[in-house]
Amino acid sequence: MKRILLLLGLLCAALAPQQARAQALVADLSSHLIAITAGFAGTELLLFGATEGEGDVVVLVRGPDSDVAVRRKARVAGIWLNTETLSFANVPSYYRVASSKPLDEIVTPALRQRHQIGSDFLRLTPSRDADAIALAAFRAGLVRNKEKLGLYDPEPGRVAFLGPRLFRTRIVFPASVPTGAYTVEVLLVQNGQVIAAQSTPMFVSKIGVGAEIYDFAHVHAAWYGLIAILIAVIAGWSAGLIFRKS
Amino acid sequence: MQIYLPIAEASIDIFLLLLLGGGVGFLSGLFGVGGGFLMTPLLIFIGIPPAVAVGSGAAQNIASSISGVVAHMRKGNVDFRMGGVLLAGGIVGSTLGVQIFAVLRSLGQVEFFISIAYVVVLGIVGGLMLIETVNTLRKRWQNKRSGAAPVRRKLHEHIWLHGLPLKMRFPHSKLYISALAPFGIGAIVGMLSALLGVGGGFIMVPAMIYLLGMPTVVVIGTSLFQIVFVSANVTYLQAWQVQTVDIALAVLLLIGGVVGAQFGARFGAKLRGESLRGLLALIVLSVAIKLFVDLVIPPEDVYSIVVRTAETPAP
Repeated sequence: MKRILLLLGLLCAALAPQQARAQALVADLSSHLIAITAGFAGTELLLFGATEGEGDVVVLVRGPDSDVAVRRKARVAGIWLNTETLSFANVPSYYRVASSKPLDEIVTPALRQRHQIGSDFLRLTPSRDADAIALAAFRAGLVRNKEKLGLYDPEPGRVAFLGPRLFRTRIVFPASVPTGAYTVEVLLVQNGQVIAAQSTPMFVSKIGVGAEIYDFAHVHAAWYGLIAILIAVIAGWSAGLIFRKS
Repeated sequence: MQIYLPIAEASIDIFLLLLLGGGVGFLSGLFGVGGGFLMTPLLIFIGIPPAVAVGSGAAQNIASSISGVVAHMRKGNVDFRMGGVLLAGGIVGSTLGVQIFAVLRSLGQVEFFISIAYVVVLGIVGGLMLIETVNTLRKRWQNKRSGAAPVRRKLHEHIWLHGLPLKMRFPHSKLYISALAPFGIGAIVGMLSALLGVGGGFIMVPAMIYLLGMPTVVVIGTSLFQIVFVSANVTYLQAWQVQTVDIALAVLLLIGGVVGAQFGARFGAKLRGESLRGLLALIVLSVAIKLFVDLVIPPEDVYSIVVRTAETPAP
């Protein structure tokens, strides 16, 4: 059975049109790892590639998904406090779009829906039922907050073509970039159709002393607490000694 | 120069942190208070998550109080018996406070609660201090006019608090009062310590003088003694249960703090007691007013987000 499937697969591959295969689009990143070290203050990566034939390029960068609680404040007895919460699942912790032409000129809403192109088209799953207006407001609130943190971009970025084939774009990562596995998807769009796509993984990890402190604090939380007390005692005591002498 | 704080997960200018530690340290040296009540709101203001500001503040309180305790212990200015009862209350209060903090965090009301608690506590303490200062100044002015000698205050007055059951002798403080009074005061201060990241000296010192009637000479040492251990309890519990103690942040603030405190203490020696108290009252009240205004004016965005990572499942 397996052998038959394999044969079928090979047959399909052989029959597929030559030019529309992998070689229609090649892209890579200047680095596949962002290391968050003690001095990390954000960074940017260069995505570059080449296309075969006509078409526009759309780049989608997605950080690891998380659950996000969106809270709405309301005035209660003159004071603003959180009164309503709506959680969303499958929220990309980081999300960027860049394209070689304005998005509405090259992709249809249906296509944007399918490939989740643009923050309005992300498939976020609300945790409970809510009426459409409230849902839209909470969703917009989520996106706005993410934009304020620099994790989403209010405006799609630009993919610049250097000549007819080569393209490049910069992807900016703020200091608060979440750690985890990212995907960078490059789509080649022609007449409103995706004719080639390439997905590249990328990682954001904490490296060095900061990473070790973080891991230790979370894995051996009780020991971390005791060591934190010890450090505070030693630091405070020695500071006292230094200043008493002088 | 930016430094990435591992637990706060924020990138903050290292000089800003040193300056903040130095500024608060200066004020704490000037007024002889811990300064936690200024530090926590300021940390939140520069972008440290509130929970991390409270947890790291507790660690910093240990550091900034420890050398004071040792100095007072050498001089024999610590009433260990009273300190022990206050501490027992403090451990109970702070342990309870950490649990309340965790519940508030899951309800999404931590920021609101921290703000409103600060407004109430600082408003009361600052207001009382200001009234006291104004009264002292007015009395002095009247005395100067009439030429009368200042009225001497009694050593201490017996109030209903002292008459509660479980009477205990505190020879060092020359008191024979109910142990429930210091226990209760310790518990309230301990709870505030866990919820607000303050040492609580600014509440405990007046409470020890006015409510318990302790002699002033042992008050500072005994309150520092209690603060060190209660802060250690808060640090341990916050680190263990919610992982919000950023030791890198605490140490950076401490470095600025000890330097600032030295200058503050030198500068403070030149000022008169009443002017110091009046000035502190004004600072305390302005922090309270600022926090209150922030609660009342419409927020920039009524929507806010909290990311629930994989380790903390949604309730």
